[in-house]
Amino acid sequence: MKVRILVSLKDSVLDPQGQTVKNTLHTLGYNSIKDVRQGKVFELELEGISKKEAEKIIPEISDKVLANPVIEKFSWQIIEKG
Amino acid sequence: MKFGVVVFPGSNCDYDTYYALKNIFKQKTAFLWHKEHDLKNVDCVILPGGFSYGDYLRSGSIAAFSPLMQEVKEFALCGGLVLGICNGFQILLELGLLPGAMLRNEKLKFLCQFVHIRVENNKTPFSHQSKKGQILKIPIAHFDGNYFASPETILEIKKNSQIVFRYSDAKGQLNEEANVNGSAESIAGLINKAGNVLGMMPHPERASEVLLGSEDGRIIFESIIAKLS
Repeated sequence: MKVRILVSLKDSVLDPQGQTVKNTLHTLGYNSIKDVRQGKVFELELEGISKKEAEKIIPEISDKVLANPVIEKFSWQIIEKG
Repeated sequence: MKFGVVVFPGSNCDYDTYYALKNIFKQKTAFLWHKEHDLKNVDCVILPGGFSYGDYLRSGSIAAFSPLMQEVKEFALCGGLVLGICNGFQILLELGLLPGAMLRNEKLKFLCQFVHIRVENNKTPFSHQSKKGQILKIPIAHFDGNYFASPETILEIKKNSQIVFRYSDAKGQLNEEANVNGSAESIAGLINKAGNVLGMMPHPERASEVLLGSEDGRIIFESIIAKLS
């Protein structure tokens, strides 16, 4: 089973890197870009566990390790069934 | 009295800190390897600056999970003195011993320069030899020093006088220019509620000898030594 986890800064936290990317896009003439938020993607390969078990451990490790809940939020999806 | 300096892969101020404690302050000092479970009976643990684990994932995050840090956590929860400098501060935040988190510096630049910090709380084991309002000139060297916490947490740490140092100008004025990394409340040094765990971004070990351009960092080590003596 393959799982993709997306970690990004919470909406309440300023993202200067995203702002800089947005400004660059504007410089290039892409003025329709209203906002850019930058994040991280993790792809995890899991084996020997059920979907139900995965649903339990993925939020757990995202909260404990992959994201810092003080500043970041996460979402995830199964991208390859095992 | 004995100091312990924790060494992670990627620490690069461990020897500077060891040198300052041993050669300048003449203290018994031991290195503590992150993979061990032994604090070697030290009285104060110092998490030095550097780039533990190459700053992978988030600065300080991987180091916070190392075996020795579980001992350090217990040591801190029992009242032991812990000082985190720069990356050490980031590790203390990731470990949850201090509230909040570090964001990338506001202007997205690695900052390596002398700054001025103002003593806000001189009633801690790490600052009691200084005067409230005293200005210290100490260098910083970091990419992720932009302190962030939720508005509720900020209220809480202000109420408990947990802000020990603030970035200021040479005259002690707080302003945007002096707050070089964009930290909330110009926070440069933060202590836990119990008052035994301090994290600070400036490097006092790099300001402990005239030769280094400032001796203002001495007051932090001298405070700890006086407290433990």
